[in-house]
Amino acid sequence: MSAGGITAEPPIAAAPSVPGEPGRLGRSLTGAIFLAPALFMLGVWLVYPTVYTIVRSFFGTSGFIGSWVGIDNYKTLFTTSTLTTAIKNNAIWVAVVPALVVALGLIFAVLTERVRWAVAFKTAVFLPMAISAFATGVTWRIMYQQDPGVGAINALAKSISGVFSPAGVLSQAFPSTSVLQTTTGGGLVLKTPLSPGSVARLGLVGMPVSGVPKGAIQAVLPTAKPGQIDGVVWRDFSPGGKPGVVDKGELGLPGVTLKLETATGKAVGSTRASPDGTFDFTGVAPGSYRVAIGAQTFAKPFGGFAWLGPRLITPSLLIAYIWIWAGFAMVVIGAGLAAMPRDVLEAARTDGASEWQVFRRVTVPLLAPVLSVVFVTMIINVLKVFDLVISLAPESVQSNANVIALAMWRTAFGGENDFGTGSAIAVFLFLLVLPVLALNIRRFKREV
Amino acid sequence: MKHRHMVSAGLVAIVLPLVLAAAAAGGASKSQSRAGTSAAPNTSVSGTVSFDGIWTGSEATDFADVIAAFNKVYPNVHIKYNPLGNNETTVLATAITGGNPPDMADIAAPGYVNQLVSQGELKPITYAKSAIAQNFAPSWLQLGTFSGKLYALVFKAANKSLLWYNVPAFKAAGVTPPKTFAQLLSDAKTLQASGIPAYSIGGSDGWTLTDLFESIYLRTFGAAKYDLLAAHKIPWTDPSVITALHTMAKILGDTSNIYGGTSGALQYGFNDSVTNAFGSPAKAAMVFEADFVEGVILSSTKSKPGTGFNVVPFPSITPGADSTAVEISGDLFVAFRDTPAIEAFVTFLATPAAADAWAKEGGFATGNRNVPLSIYPDAIDRADEAAVRTATETVFDMSDDQPAAFGSTTGQGEWGLFQTFLKSPSNASGVAKQLEAAASAAYKAEKK
Repeated sequence: MSAGGITAEPPIAAAPSVPGEPGRLGRSLTGAIFLAPALFMLGVWLVYPTVYTIVRSFFGTSGFIGSWVGIDNYKTLFTTSTLTTAIKNNAIWVAVVPALVVALGLIFAVLTERVRWAVAFKTAVFLPMAISAFATGVTWRIMYQQDPGVGAINALAKSISGVFSPAGVLSQAFPSTSVLQTTTGGGLVLKTPLSPGSVARLGLVGMPVSGVPKGAIQAVLPTAKPGQIDGVVWRDFSPGGKPGVVDKGELGLPGVTLKLETATGKAVGSTRASPDGTFDFTGVAPGSYRVAIGAQTFAKPFGGFAWLGPRLITPSLLIAYIWIWAGFAMVVIGAGLAAMPRDVLEAARTDGASEWQVFRRVTVPLLAPVLSVVFVTMIINVLKVFDLVISLAPESVQSNANVIALAMWRTAFGGENDFGTGSAIAVFLFLLVLPVLALNIRRFKREV
Repeated sequence: MKHRHMVSAGLVAIVLPLVLAAAAAGGASKSQSRAGTSAAPNTSVSGTVSFDGIWTGSEATDFADVIAAFNKVYPNVHIKYNPLGNNETTVLATAITGGNPPDMADIAAPGYVNQLVSQGELKPITYAKSAIAQNFAPSWLQLGTFSGKLYALVFKAANKSLLWYNVPAFKAAGVTPPKTFAQLLSDAKTLQASGIPAYSIGGSDGWTLTDLFESIYLRTFGAAKYDLLAAHKIPWTDPSVITALHTMAKILGDTSNIYGGTSGALQYGFNDSVTNAFGSPAKAAMVFEADFVEGVILSSTKSKPGTGFNVVPFPSITPGADSTAVEISGDLFVAFRDTPAIEAFVTFLATPAAADAWAKEGGFATGNRNVPLSIYPDAIDRADEAAVRTATETVFDMSDDQPAAFGSTTGQGEWGLFQTFLKSPSNASGVAKQLEAAASAAYKAEKK
């Protein structure tokens, strides 16, 4: 305030130099008043429930009155199979998801860096973040339906598998009588030995009328002719009809390929059935033969993977989860990429490094801080995953897909209302997240 | 204070004549005067009633009709219906533990109502006793009585001993609806031969599996033994249970005859199992479930009663009187508080006007004797209602009689263990042991 020269600074704790401006005590009080609402919220909704839960975890089912159980609830955690499955599943989530999300995000960010349609692509990949995890769960559950006619993923798998192993004409059919038997390859063979001048009857059931090949007409039992083996293959089902007998209303199965084999299984001829199901093998030498239908006719169409079954449910959940979060990783890493100094890359390229070497030796190390942010965030997210699991997994596999947060909810709020064990699970989850959180906080401090 | 007295007095002045009118009209010709519909709208009772219920989808719409009928008589009472589906036990238990239950709730499990009564959470509904007595058989008053007082009104009953079948599928296969279990098995084989799987099982909803078990147990061992098992007076490892499980395995183990196989059965819920059997094209021929299947068929498929679908009682297993026993489940309406609005609503629900509003939509059984059979939309409903009113041996759904943690919680207890049984139907004794362990634990926890 004094003109020119060096003046001694009044100590900060002294009286204010300008009237009306608060001193140090006043400043602290102002700060406290501004912080008070936030502190109040934190106290009521964060600190109090945390302390309450920790204390509650040492008591039993019926509340605080006289049911101290010490660490029994924690022991239950590690001995009940539902809970150990939950812990195991979370371990799988933590091992797989953050790494894959970061990897995918990095790949997307780097590949679309200088492409013209980068914005459109990034929007499309980021869009899943805009829907709630619950909606995602419901949508993916429909896509994962096992029936290829309903589930999109299995429909795709079916059309692919249909190219390599197409379904047979009569994939549902099975014999109507026991004289027709399945062979080890999946085909059918008529047990009764045939010689020239006999008639073979191969009755099949299990397909609806709509499943009969086109052009079929009423089946006919052929008469025996010398020197050849005749037969009929037909849909041996009619209300009130007899199995093994060609009744009125039963249709032939045209187009089915039949093979004639010797008693030892050597193929000597093949033919196809006509619209009324009849077929014949002409010019047959005397001897004993069998008639068979190849396995190809009965090849089952692709039944669909059981994505929502007990074995595949966790991978299915992981895929849906990564689908949501890859966009987040891509955007954050993309931002980190954009902020990267280009001259280091140029220098590397000038020095003769290939694109892959540039990527591995320069880009990734420079991006390390960003990558670790995403990685740590994903670990925390994955430890507390809940809504995707409860909405995607059908009831019957909820115990296979169990995760810690879901187990806590079910134990505490499911039928048994065991708040003691539920609180113990909550505390356990808190302890799991704590080291990761500490890591994050340390990094924030370092950056500041 | 004064206002409350006035309201209470006003309520008495309104309810009493209504009840008297019901009493007078009850004996007289049923189609004309019915209590509630002839009364002028009552505007003096007002308030809000929050109602936690199980019904969602088409059933929730039907219940909205009942509320609308109520609002014609009490336009100033606002009913807030909260549909909760399978999660009702969880949400309700949380609300109760938190000290903030809804005004009323629909609880399908007498076992859980019993728990609540012993915990002192419910208010008796003795004010509705005369209305109930006027309209229902004495056994219905008994069903709602716990510890000597009337706590619950059984508003909607469901006949659970039923078999729904696809009429065109049965005709194409030339089978008649089975009367005995042996006939059921042979019909199933014939249906499979005709090209359609026989069974549509909604195993993702565990309660459909418990219903099948209970129907089998009731038809094999009779009502007396059924009640013993329901009260846990005989253990789940009893030979009778193992026998019933073996019988059940004859259906569940016939995997090629279940639509979707075992994994499909585990992924499809109740609604899916109905649309699979009665949608077009039909993917299966039979569904074992209660009369509310009809509601789902009519709202989700184009199948018509009589020509598209029809129903027969669950086939008999042990010949004798018990082959016509009826297993019902019911929705018990309970009240957590006592206000004029609640009293008005509960009393109205006991009158025929309330039941009429839903009965004319179909898929609804009530024991209310003053609801004319002609109001039901089709012959199936009429037959079902007649069966419920005239059944000589009636038992309540066994899983609903159990403590909630064992009998009606997602993924555990009966629901979860029968899903385990569906996965491995040959392991009857193993599953029986697990059932007994879970039951003992739940009963022990309840006693605490």
